[in-house]
Amino acid sequence: MVILVALGLPLLGALLLALFGARHYAAELNAAMSFATLVAVIFLVLRVLRHGSILALHEQFFVDSFNVFLVALTAFVGFTTSLFSRPYMRIEEQRGRLSPQRLRLYHSMYQLFMAAMFLALLTNNMGLLWVAMEAATLSTVLLVSLYRTRASLEAAWKYFILCGVGIAQALFGTILLYFAAEHILGRQGMTALLWTHLNAVKGQLEPRVLGLAFVFLLVGYGTKVGLAPLHNWLPDAHAEGPTPVSAVLSGLLLNVALYAVIRCKVLVEGSIGSYLPGHMLMGFGLLSAVLGAFFLWRQRDIKRLFGYSSIEHMGIITFAFGIGGPIANFAALLHMTVHSLTKSSIFFTAGHASQTAHTQQMDGIRGLVGISPTIGWGLMLGSLAILGMPPFGVFASEFLILTTAMREHPWTTPFLLIALGVAFAAIFRKVQPMVFGESDAPPLPHSPALVPVFIHLAMVLMLGVYIPFALAEWYRAAARLIGG
Amino acid sequence: MHPSHVIAELLKLLAASLLLISFAMLSRRRTQRLITLFAWQGSVLFISTLLVAYSAGLTELYYSAALTLLLKVIALPWILHRLIQRLGAQWDSETLVNIPTTMLVGLGLVIFAFGLAQPISRMATTITRNTIGIALAVIFLAFLMMITRRKAITQVIGFLAMENGLFFAATSATYGMPMVIELGIALDLLVGFFILGIFFFQIREQFDSLDLSNMEALKED
Repeated sequence: MVILVALGLPLLGALLLALFGARHYAAELNAAMSFATLVAVIFLVLRVLRHGSILALHEQFFVDSFNVFLVALTAFVGFTTSLFSRPYMRIEEQRGRLSPQRLRLYHSMYQLFMAAMFLALLTNNMGLLWVAMEAATLSTVLLVSLYRTRASLEAAWKYFILCGVGIAQALFGTILLYFAAEHILGRQGMTALLWTHLNAVKGQLEPRVLGLAFVFLLVGYGTKVGLAPLHNWLPDAHAEGPTPVSAVLSGLLLNVALYAVIRCKVLVEGSIGSYLPGHMLMGFGLLSAVLGAFFLWRQRDIKRLFGYSSIEHMGIITFAFGIGGPIANFAALLHMTVHSLTKSSIFFTAGHASQTAHTQQMDGIRGLVGISPTIGWGLMLGSLAILGMPPFGVFASEFLILTTAMREHPWTTPFLLIALGVAFAAIFRKVQPMVFGESDAPPLPHSPALVPVFIHLAMVLMLGVYIPFALAEWYRAAARLIGG
Repeated sequence: MHPSHVIAELLKLLAASLLLISFAMLSRRRTQRLITLFAWQGSVLFISTLLVAYSAGLTELYYSAALTLLLKVIALPWILHRLIQRLGAQWDSETLVNIPTTMLVGLGLVIFAFGLAQPISRMATTITRNTIGIALAVIFLAFLMMITRRKAITQVIGFLAMENGLFFAATSATYGMPMVIELGIALDLLVGFFILGIFFFQIREQFDSLDLSNMEALKED
């Protein structure tokens, strides 16, 4: 029941905002709907804490330790982003970059996007998972092109075509999965698509068909994760869309896509009984981490810079899932959480920073601390956190990943170290002059909502020194489930 | 001859014509011709789904066939025609680089697709199991078309052709996905298509043409 409420609230929000999204209270309504969703998700989490995994509505939906924290994270970041977007979008409107009509589209699609991600996370049905992933793309395409500039249209077109083709590959993979499962589970009902049933019989599924299916699923959903060499759409979409959209794309959508990949990996690894899927994940992950880090050097646009940083981090997470085993999986899940919190907070500050300087070019952004200490220090702390400085949570997860990699696959260590080192130098060198230095730009007309930034960073800090018992329990259970 | 045998032969014929249409699409330059070919592809898909539904006695497949007829034979081609008329692009044609080379690459893709489909075909129990390779080939050829073309509308037709291939793959391998999923896919396709329609106008407003080679601002230097 509570699952349906959590899914229904953002849908209702999308409908309400489609009607009233152009009014002056639309931003507040958006935040209120996101908050209501968060409350519903908290009830869901409490139920899981009390009774364990839930299987609901003819087994079509399920919550286990793997998706419960992702659902909570999605609802939380969705809410804080809606708080950030309130003053941010108001300034954009005041500067004439957006009309009330466009804001209506933005608010409505924002809620629809949240609904699609919840559906993808909560469904037990591999077919519905595909439909939800596609819906998540569709609802964000028009958001990327919201400013209707040449560059934003180009970015949105690239996003649509690349992710569309990618997701078509994933559909073929899903068809193959269904084909293999139908021989064991039959056509009755939809059991041959339900993940829990598939997981129960994964040892009997035809390995060759599943191996082939995994290639298609990995390429398909991997495009949305932003894995190199399929990452082309990601920096453009992040740079050209409105900043709240960049924050939820980077912080949430990439996680959800990776979640889909890992669900598939569990099935395939159980079927073919070899480490092939893990090795494929390691390869893609390592390539993305290294390539993402090197591309950081060339960036001039602040949002593109952090878009590439997302590619690097998703690469590291994918690599860790590829290694598998209790420790690497645990670290990967932790990294998913802290990356999402940190990256969204960075986009909040980066958005306001470029509004202050009237440009996204990093050369034009100077002396943030002087203009607004909260923006300046928020960006600095966020960058330090994402670069893996102790005692932030990113350090803990990266340290775990690195030490596991050293023990299990020593040859990967230099690549990882290079990626981390290069990323550190590139980002720090670019953020430092933006934060400090001289500037005479006036402060923003609406005071920015930067409380979410510091809440996020405080949570990342906490996860670096202490992980709450329940969360650690979920991570451990999910790590066992993912295996490898 | 036994009726089921006749149906099986007919299905093979239809699959072959599907492949032929895919190759024809690769070599056509006029946008309008491409839309007509896409409608033909939909019709072949409709008839073959109908035949499979009849021979396997599955009601669900009749619904999918009806959905194919409505969406891919009638609605989408009609909207595409209207769209290019509104955009004044019905006589647009594009210069294609080296059709023979594209054809040869396509041929290679077909062989690759058949090789890839072999383990699946051997496992399948449907009467259409021999056509899984063709379905995969249709997907690859549509992909090739998307890569080689530079016009926004052509890329979209390639995208829709790819979806046709996927649908055909699902029917040949497993008599289609469950109905709910089929509907979800159709809904996504339709919504995506409408978004693209909006896009065409936005792109033309900004770039004065639907030629994507104008889009080069975001290249990495």
